[in-house]
Amino acid sequence: MNRTALLDPAQLATALPGALAKLDPRALVATPVMLVVEVGAVLTTVLAVLDPSFFAWSVTVWLWLTVLFGNLAESVAEGRGKAQAASLRALQTETTARRRTPAGTLEDVPSTALRAGDLVVVEAGERIPGDGDVVEGVASVDESAVTGESAPVIRESGGDRCAVTGGTTVLSDRIVVRITSDPGRSFVDRMIGLVEGSERQRTPNEIALDVLLGALTAVFVVVCATLWVVADHSGARVPVLVLAALLVCLIPTTIGALLSAIGIAGMDRLVRRNVLAMSGRAVEAAGDVDVLLLDKTGTITHGNRRAHEVLTTPGVPREELVEAALLSSLADETPEGRSIVELLAGPGEHAVPAGAVLVPFSATTRTSGVDLADRSVRKGAASAVCAWARETGGAEPAEVLAAVEQVSAAGGTPLVVAERRGQEPVRLLGVVHLKDVVKDGMRERFAELRAMGIRTVMITGDNAITAAAIAHEAGVDDFLAEATPEDKLDLIREEQAGGRMVAMCGDGTNDAPALAQADVGVAMNTGTTAAKEAGNMVDLDSDPTKLIDVVEIGKQLLITRGALTTFSVANDVAKYFAILPAMFVVAFPQLDVLNVMRLSSPESAILSAVVFNALVIVALIPLALRGVRYRPDSADRLLRRNLLVYGVGGLVTPFVGIKLIDLVVSLLPGL
Amino acid sequence: MSAVVPAVGQVLVLVAVLALAVPLLGRHLARTYTSADHLGIERVAYRALRLDPDADQHWRTYALSVLGFSLVGILALQALGRLQQHLPFSLGFGALPADGAWNTAVSFVTNTNWQWYSGEAALGHLAQASGLTVQNFVSAASGMAVAAAFARALARSEAGGRIGNFWTDLVRGVVRVLLPVALVSAVLLVLLGVVQNLHAPRVVSTLTGGEQSVTGGPVASQEAIKELGTNGGGFYNANSAHPFENPTPLSNLLEIGLMLLVPLAMAWAFGLIVGDRRQGAAVLGAMGGLFLVGVTLLTWAEMAGPGTVPEAAGGALEGKELRFGTAGSALFAAATTGTSTGAVNAMHDSLTAPGGGVAMFGMLLGEVSPGGVGSGLYGMLVLAVVTVFVAGLMVGRTPEYLGKKIGQREIVLVAGYVLTTPFLVLVGTAVALSVPAGLAGLQEDGPHGLSEALYAVASASNNNGSAFGGLTSGTPFWNTLLGVCMLLGRFLPMVLVLALAGRFATAKRLPAGAGTLPTHRPLFVVLLVGVALVVVGLTFVPVLVLGPIVESLS
Repeated sequence: MNRTALLDPAQLATALPGALAKLDPRALVATPVMLVVEVGAVLTTVLAVLDPSFFAWSVTVWLWLTVLFGNLAESVAEGRGKAQAASLRALQTETTARRRTPAGTLEDVPSTALRAGDLVVVEAGERIPGDGDVVEGVASVDESAVTGESAPVIRESGGDRCAVTGGTTVLSDRIVVRITSDPGRSFVDRMIGLVEGSERQRTPNEIALDVLLGALTAVFVVVCATLWVVADHSGARVPVLVLAALLVCLIPTTIGALLSAIGIAGMDRLVRRNVLAMSGRAVEAAGDVDVLLLDKTGTITHGNRRAHEVLTTPGVPREELVEAALLSSLADETPEGRSIVELLAGPGEHAVPAGAVLVPFSATTRTSGVDLADRSVRKGAASAVCAWARETGGAEPAEVLAAVEQVSAAGGTPLVVAERRGQEPVRLLGVVHLKDVVKDGMRERFAELRAMGIRTVMITGDNAITAAAIAHEAGVDDFLAEATPEDKLDLIREEQAGGRMVAMCGDGTNDAPALAQADVGVAMNTGTTAAKEAGNMVDLDSDPTKLIDVVEIGKQLLITRGALTTFSVANDVAKYFAILPAMFVVAFPQLDVLNVMRLSSPESAILSAVVFNALVIVALIPLALRGVRYRPDSADRLLRRNLLVYGVGGLVTPFVGIKLIDLVVSLLPGL
Repeated sequence: MSAVVPAVGQVLVLVAVLALAVPLLGRHLARTYTSADHLGIERVAYRALRLDPDADQHWRTYALSVLGFSLVGILALQALGRLQQHLPFSLGFGALPADGAWNTAVSFVTNTNWQWYSGEAALGHLAQASGLTVQNFVSAASGMAVAAAFARALARSEAGGRIGNFWTDLVRGVVRVLLPVALVSAVLLVLLGVVQNLHAPRVVSTLTGGEQSVTGGPVASQEAIKELGTNGGGFYNANSAHPFENPTPLSNLLEIGLMLLVPLAMAWAFGLIVGDRRQGAAVLGAMGGLFLVGVTLLTWAEMAGPGTVPEAAGGALEGKELRFGTAGSALFAAATTGTSTGAVNAMHDSLTAPGGGVAMFGMLLGEVSPGGVGSGLYGMLVLAVVTVFVAGLMVGRTPEYLGKKIGQREIVLVAGYVLTTPFLVLVGTAVALSVPAGLAGLQEDGPHGLSEALYAVASASNNNGSAFGGLTSGTPFWNTLLGVCMLLGRFLPMVLVLALAGRFATAKRLPAGAGTLPTHRPLFVVLLVGVALVVVGLTFVPVLVLGPIVESLS
């Protein structure tokens, strides 16, 4: 997915028509703050027409610009998804599908006529006509159109690799797909809706914030309306135009204008990381997550066991063991085998001695190695190699068995290396310690999560000893060993009963119940349809570590809302200092003391506040789209930092901004 | 500078005494509102009233109980006022006018104690003692009950909207807290020289040879509950400026302490009820901080504030009792407006312009510094919810307070609460200033006239009850307007708070983690104070600019 600059002029230009269309009051009903601004703008327009002056028209124009800027923020945010939606739509061109009839024959139907449950046959080079599960055959599929990943993936019937997405292309072989979605409700349809924002529903917290902003707006409407009466009594009649300007400056326009843009941009940030959230609610929930369930394999560890060290037996020189272990692994193309060569001989190609016969690993022998003219070398599972030794009358030294125990206890996998010269009994030479390697940086990541108040639980099928060792090494807070899908589900229920929010990721059909139960369930795109249906997010890259990013994006979304609300309200203080003296200084000259910014005239003071109020929306659009910077930290420190930046900053900025605007405005001839 | 020493000294004494008394009373309050046991005398009351004291009420039932009980109180007081001429111990006073009886009834039931009449010249002993004094106890106990129910709701988890029993809370508040403390305080006040008798008015010869009728009465007993229950309705029109009510600087300090005692102790009790003393301490800190800022500003305004007369006299002494001095009057004014008491020992109309502004601001804060008995606590807790909502977002979580999520429904209730008083105060003031009947009551024109009207409406809407003076309020217009303000200003927020309590009691209480916004740290206290000041400041600064601020700057 292509990244575009956060805000470039071209983007603004393309967003402009959308912003103008949103001036329709019906579009503004959802955001009461901006509706009040528009009503104010209409009112001042009427007043400016009835009693034209440069001041009246300036205020009117800037009030309209305030509404427009708010709409622009939303349009820009939406625009960022539009390009992506267009490329997705290209996938939806109608194709002809070959549907299998109940009689077993094939009939050609347009892909739009397919219903859930239909069986279609797709061959190499053809586009899959709709979402579904492979029920027969295996094929390599190019899913780059959806995921952006160019390497083809294998899709096969049964198991956890059976889901296919409509619009992707079969590269080889022939599969039969059972369609799982009706037209217009496919995965791609949903993706388009999500990235365009058309399916966007306001999230619970956003609605709550809207209520609060609405209440603030109501307070200021009452303040301004009653001020009209009160000022009249005090002999300081205030023009309605000025009251409208005051009202617009006081109501929280900054956050009101940017609130929906923040929400859209939050979803967009997820999309840019190839995660599709099926609802905004899930993104918000991600910010609240208390417990992360992470699968060990692929998330915390590389998933391949890598050689860590060799353990010698007394009486066998280390060189002999190393040589034998190396020999037995040269032909071994498994990651474990390659890691032994890498450990013992360094990276690069290593020649196999002439005349060597390779004995590959098989599930029955559970060993692999090489046969030379005069000797055979093997490495493999301890039980299998020991059995080989016993067959030939070889000894099983206690030291080797002890080393095997030791490696197992440390959570590793022991491989015993042995050789047989001619018809002599097999000699056990030593043990290679294979270790599940924790990915780089995981420890630090978990420490960050801990600082954020999030507990990580590692889920693994390993036994408790192995699990404990890896959990300790990775620095997770807890682990669930020998976990069955039911155990996972129980763990989630248990955490939720304690009032904690749980996030997890999964791909298999047996993960589906747990994904559905979790507050945030990220399904891997490679996974089954059942898993994708059950989760509330899909990761197109199928990268389980992304769960951590999702949590951070959720938090960033909430912080951005809070920070801009604080900023917006804090701005009002300076606006009072600009407008109130200007309104009443004629009737009460002593109020000039409150004109701390020394603004040049009452008109320019009011106009400057209005202009500042409008420009600050534009200035903050990039921040709303990008989200405020988020560093994992404790709640107390986060609050202190954000309060300092957006609270204190919000108090100070408008004093400077209004003063600067006043310097320019006061040069205008009409004021 | 010598005046500064006693000014600071009295505050230090006050703080020291309260530091001892508040935790003690707080612990007692927490036990009172959570204990499962009933005292013998309480059982008698429940049996007489045919009540089940152990019934756990849904918040709606609780709210209906509060409203029903208050309605009965209003009707009874109105009857007492209208039929006074037919009742014994009436000292020969006639019936109150209809609007006056309504205003007085609402005033005492809402814990406002706004008095449009002169107590000693309009009401007999029966009305004073059986009507007003009873309401002084039960209206205070009602407020405490609602606050206790709110605290309990926060402490509960998945309780299906049940928040306790109003009747039990009411009876216990009176029997276990207000009566014993009032009794002790009354004795202390008598020792300090406050009058307590049941004599008929005594006629004395004055120095000039004229005759004066001096009304005695059960002053000390009413004085104790007047301050303790943040009621404020004086036995005499001059209220605590009258030497029979408040004879010495020491009695003055005791009365100030009594006003602050229960509101602060309720905050402490709140911490104990929710099982985290630090939460109570934080609320207490915010209340105390706001109060001390008010005291400082008011004392400065009266002792060194602007104005030609104060500068010439070394302090603003107009309208003050010399036995209290400027500092004693300023402290009293800050306490009576910071709590919702409304008793006065000086005429607030005569405070310096900035001093009057501070007193007004204390009420406009919505009575949270530390506010009325009970109402101060729930007012502050509602502000804490607002604070948590915005600050909670800034730490990247959807907001929660004490483990209760703040969602849309909660915010609707909170928004309603926060809107009520500004709406009443601003609209009420605007109405008063735009009709001739309203304007007729004002003594002055211009900014000071605005202050008189604003003060009266603010006092009524926030259930304070103190009068600025200068306003002739005993007219049908003002009696009606202020009555409506008092009624809505008391019961609308109460119902909203109880509804919020119902929501909280229904919700699951979530455990706090490292990612949860801590609501007991100093940073949160500062933020809470900031939110209170900014929200109220932004709402009322425009009117205050035209009133006390313009006046201060001239």
